[in-house]
Amino acid sequence: MDVVKVLDAKGLACPMPIVKTKKAINEINAGEILEVHTTDKGAKNDLTAWAKSGGHELLNYEEESDVFKFWIKKG
Amino acid sequence: MTVNSMSSKEIAKKVFNNEELFILDVRNETDFQDWKIEGHNFDYLNVPYFDLLDGVEEIMDKIPSNKEVLVVCAKEGSSIMIAEMLSDAGLTVSYLNGGMKEWSEYLEPVKVGSLKDGGEIYQFVRIGKGCLSYMVISNGEAAIIDSTRMTDVYLEFAESKGAKITHVFDTHLHADHISGGRVIAEKTNATYFLPPKDATEVTFNYTPLEGGKNVMIGDTSINIHAIHSPGHTIGSTSFVVDEKFLLSGDILFIDSIGRPDLAGMAEDWVGDLRESLYKRYRELSEELIVLPAHFMIIDELNQDGSVSEKLGTLFSNNHGLNIDDENEFRKIVTENLPPQPNAYQEIRETNMGKITPNVEKQREMEIGPNRCAVR
Repeated sequence: MDVVKVLDAKGLACPMPIVKTKKAINEINAGEILEVHTTDKGAKNDLTAWAKSGGHELLNYEEESDVFKFWIKKG
Repeated sequence: MTVNSMSSKEIAKKVFNNEELFILDVRNETDFQDWKIEGHNFDYLNVPYFDLLDGVEEIMDKIPSNKEVLVVCAKEGSSIMIAEMLSDAGLTVSYLNGGMKEWSEYLEPVKVGSLKDGGEIYQFVRIGKGCLSYMVISNGEAAIIDSTRMTDVYLEFAESKGAKITHVFDTHLHADHISGGRVIAEKTNATYFLPPKDATEVTFNYTPLEGGKNVMIGDTSINIHAIHSPGHTIGSTSFVVDEKFLLSGDILFIDSIGRPDLAGMAEDWVGDLRESLYKRYRELSEELIVLPAHFMIIDELNQDGSVSEKLGTLFSNNHGLNIDDENEFRKIVTENLPPQPNAYQEIRETNMGKITPNVEKQREMEIGPNRCAVR
């Protein structure tokens, strides 16, 4: 996967992971992929719903020793 | 304009008093659909916080100016952000202190009756989740039934009443919430009673509570009489307190009955459920006041916030007690059941002592409504 930007949102509580993700996605081009790391459990449902409502595509999701990783393709 | 913090206790009061409130719930739509703050006179608007990051202009005309406004999210962070944005736009609003997480854990004690010789029985209404637990107090001693994991609330309440907790009961092995019974028993040296048929896999010591047994609380001997009433689980046990109150656990609710499937045994237990509701309960006095372990909808609350009804009234009004045909009964309680409670298998394992998740994990497991009934 061709990731153009990695956002480290670890240790941040809601709403910051989404606020930062939104900012980061504004800085990349349509079709490019953003990788997000967060430790906030609520982020999974929220990022999924946010990506959908913003027309982005959640390509993949992984959980690795309490860190949640998301790959979002900008729509 | 200012942003105020509103506590779960204040909101519980508004529910009990049928007050008006406008709730702007900024969680995502599926979470809101699944579970929200219920009140008779509450109005709702659900717009996820992440759709409002660029501004709240688009929802300003949907927020009434003549009602108190509460912004709600899962843990409070997003609701503070949105409340501040609304405040900057000129509105006076509050946010829910601690979010739905705190709402789910809030317990309101309501006195539901007096027992002989000055004894009292309290119902602890877990209004956000619909769980009901009980404390029987008599002459300096207290018994707790179906406690939640918020054990400090019971310990402090008993202390404020000058009562020592001597007996702790669970009517059955719970699948929707984590029991505080074992923790309370350990902290107070009380005896922890469980129905042995539900406790075959538990990893800790307990005292088996068989049907027919009587337990006395306080010297004035408030009698707690156990009746084996299987169906929701195989061990489910009801209690008659002071010959006046029927603690029905998850067998009988005000407007619904227990579901038999949460331990994966719907087909096997439906006969037991029928027997408990249509034979064993029929042999009891219709004057008993039923005190269940759950409510499902806010309409089941009495005016003082308590949840109770005469057994005789339930025999005439509760649909689940009025299905004459056994096959139809079987069908209703085994088919088209509502979704199972969140993480119910893990909750059962926690209550057996097989796993010991940390508090944060326990909170997460209990998210959502209780869903132990079938209507």
